[in-house]
Amino acid sequence: MKRLSRYRRHKVAAPLLLVIALLGIGASFNIASATIKATPTTFARSTAIDEGKQIFLKGCSSCHGLNAEGGSIAPSLIGVGAASVDFQVGTGRMPMADMSTQAMRKRPVYNAEQTAALVAYVSSLAPGPAIPTDAVLNYERDGSTAQGGELFRNNCAMCHNFAGQGGALTQGKYAPTLMGVEPKYIYEALITGPQSMPVFSDKTITPAEKLSLIKWIKAAEKEPNLGGATMGRIGPVTEGLLAWILGLGLLIAIAVWLTTKAR
Amino acid sequence: MTTAEKRIGAVANYVDERIGAAGWVKKSLNKVFPDHWSFMLGEVCMYSFIILLLSGTFLTLWFDPSQRDVIYEGVYAPLKGLKMSAAYASTLDISFEVRGGLLMRQIHHWAANIFMAAIVAHLLRVFFTGAFRKPREFNWILGIILLTLGFVEGLFGYSLPDDLLSGTGLRITSAIIQAIPLVGTYISFFLFGGAFPGTGFIPRIFTLHVLLIPGAFLAVITIHVMLVWYQKHTQFPGPGKTEKNVVGHPILPVYMAKAGGFFFIVFGVIAFLSAVASINPIWLYGPYTPGQISAGSQPDWYMGWLDGLVRMAPPLETHALGHTISWNILIPALIVPGIVFTGMALYPFIESWITGDKREHHLLDRPRNVPNRTALGVMSVTFVMVALINGGNDIFATNFDLSINEIMWFSRISIFLLPPLSFVITKRLCLSLQRADRELVLHGKETGRLVRMPNGEFVEVHEPISAQKRWILTSHEQPQALELPDIDSRGVKRPGGVKNKIRARLSKAHAVAVPKVSAQELKEIEGH
Repeated sequence: MKRLSRYRRHKVAAPLLLVIALLGIGASFNIASATIKATPTTFARSTAIDEGKQIFLKGCSSCHGLNAEGGSIAPSLIGVGAASVDFQVGTGRMPMADMSTQAMRKRPVYNAEQTAALVAYVSSLAPGPAIPTDAVLNYERDGSTAQGGELFRNNCAMCHNFAGQGGALTQGKYAPTLMGVEPKYIYEALITGPQSMPVFSDKTITPAEKLSLIKWIKAAEKEPNLGGATMGRIGPVTEGLLAWILGLGLLIAIAVWLTTKAR
Repeated sequence: MTTAEKRIGAVANYVDERIGAAGWVKKSLNKVFPDHWSFMLGEVCMYSFIILLLSGTFLTLWFDPSQRDVIYEGVYAPLKGLKMSAAYASTLDISFEVRGGLLMRQIHHWAANIFMAAIVAHLLRVFFTGAFRKPREFNWILGIILLTLGFVEGLFGYSLPDDLLSGTGLRITSAIIQAIPLVGTYISFFLFGGAFPGTGFIPRIFTLHVLLIPGAFLAVITIHVMLVWYQKHTQFPGPGKTEKNVVGHPILPVYMAKAGGFFFIVFGVIAFLSAVASINPIWLYGPYTPGQISAGSQPDWYMGWLDGLVRMAPPLETHALGHTISWNILIPALIVPGIVFTGMALYPFIESWITGDKREHHLLDRPRNVPNRTALGVMSVTFVMVALINGGNDIFATNFDLSINEIMWFSRISIFLLPPLSFVITKRLCLSLQRADRELVLHGKETGRLVRMPNGEFVEVHEPISAQKRWILTSHEQPQALELPDIDSRGVKRPGGVKNKIRARLSKAHAVAVPKVSAQELKEIEGH
């Protein structure tokens, strides 16, 4: 102990303590907020629907009801369709970790097999929008980038921002970023309208137009930063910040240097 | 004399015989400018303005200021085949097909942002050091005119490319114009040549943006700089610096070399920023259509506080006699900025009325020595900062996981609460700093060296400060508050009773200070 206390006034002692404290807080937060994983493969011998029902009873029924009939804190799932379950569970939004604002994208709790089982169970309750197949999702062949951009600006940009970076909604809700979202999930979100998003039925935006939208989003994702660093593609706020900090800041630093040298 | 000197002399003589400016040039070249980094902020404004002129001229060579419809057939694939205005299509062409066009566009836009930032920084420097006092009140007003011109010029430049973001800005502009009671709708119709968006506005603001406003800028900047030249630059107090002299470097060679070099540094910094950082990527925004809007639509930073004020305004409207008065736009977008700008322009006269000080001032104030003014400045900055934060409320909400409604309510309350609070805090801080100055002069610097006296007492050794420093800390004036009794010394009642009471009250608040070390006290400590 005495050996340790000799270093207590060392100049790195305070920063080191700070780092240790921060790591400690981070680790304990991580442990406290970890979600409980459902045990897999126990019901592998059952049919997909039965298996799905078992997963549902364990992981979903406390909010959505024992027969998916819904409750005071969660909607009924009867008739939401396969696409909805695939989107919500596949992107990790369901089961929710935090019910305060909206379900956020996170690492999925269930693997592909379990998700498929849940899809089978919920879609067996009543018919609803189906998961688009890979044949439908051939956006590279069937989509048009320019048309997609026009559709995007007409229907999506007001919430998801002009470049699909996401934007704010009321009361802490938000439209998430579309960068890095798989085509299948974009399509499913369009036909099911998760959370605050409206449903874009095949009458509002035809399947071909949906593919154009996906093609434009994917093009925006891949587009190189033509003018240099973009600072998030969120418009003039970050530009103004950079103008002050790097632009004027640098010039003031040089002015200070110029006037000191002259003395 | 060498041959080179002879030859230069001959040329100079030839010119002088025809122009006769030798006397003026000689006098001017011997002019002295004081040296301080904050005196170069105005130069940053001027140099970025020159860069704006040059890069802007380049852009006009290719820009087509027209709202006629064209089908885009350029190289940027995601927009190919779309209907758009010629203005937007030609901006795309400048960005992608003109050699160096994108760099020039970015230089123009970054220079504009830095121009406005430098104007604000320059204005704050002039305000906090009291450089606006007599005889420089007119130059202060010219500065306010330049700032206002900058707002308008910037807004027009932002609107010209006719992309989705600039169209959104124009939409709000038209709404603000329409909010003017009675005549608003007419003015909007005249400006836009019909209902929004019309086809006339872009060509019109183009003429204003490249011709009228830059011309006005040049004229006002010329008078602004000539007045500095004629009235001489202010200087910070120090030994040997008085109200009657200017201590610094003559124009030639030192100042000229530094100023000339600094121009290229400003150009370099702006060019560097434009080369590495994207600004206003109009190809991502898409062409403007009134039916479209993007999340997170923001104005450029200098308009952000006005946007923020509009965003926090509660929905108040009055319907009377067949007219609608939109207080929710009228107050934040026209009345409040009107008060702010008028107050700024009149401040030199207001302060001189309060203090009764009608003398000339060429020595600057240290901000702490005028607590009231400094606190007022910080209060105004706080007001603008709260509004600016609310202007970016959606960006803050998404990036910091906050609720946009909570940010709005924070701003609504803070816009009334924080400015007065920052006034009080700043004033107290200034007085504390004055107290610290006084301590420093009387007791010197703490050295951290402890000495044990023969009687066992421990004392810390204080080191006296230098004579220069002592001069700086004690040379300022501490004017007394105005005495404005109701009955003057000859027993006559003073006219304007209430006005005098207000003036006396303000004057008293303005004169609050920690007494500086007097000459007698200085003499006393000399013995120590």
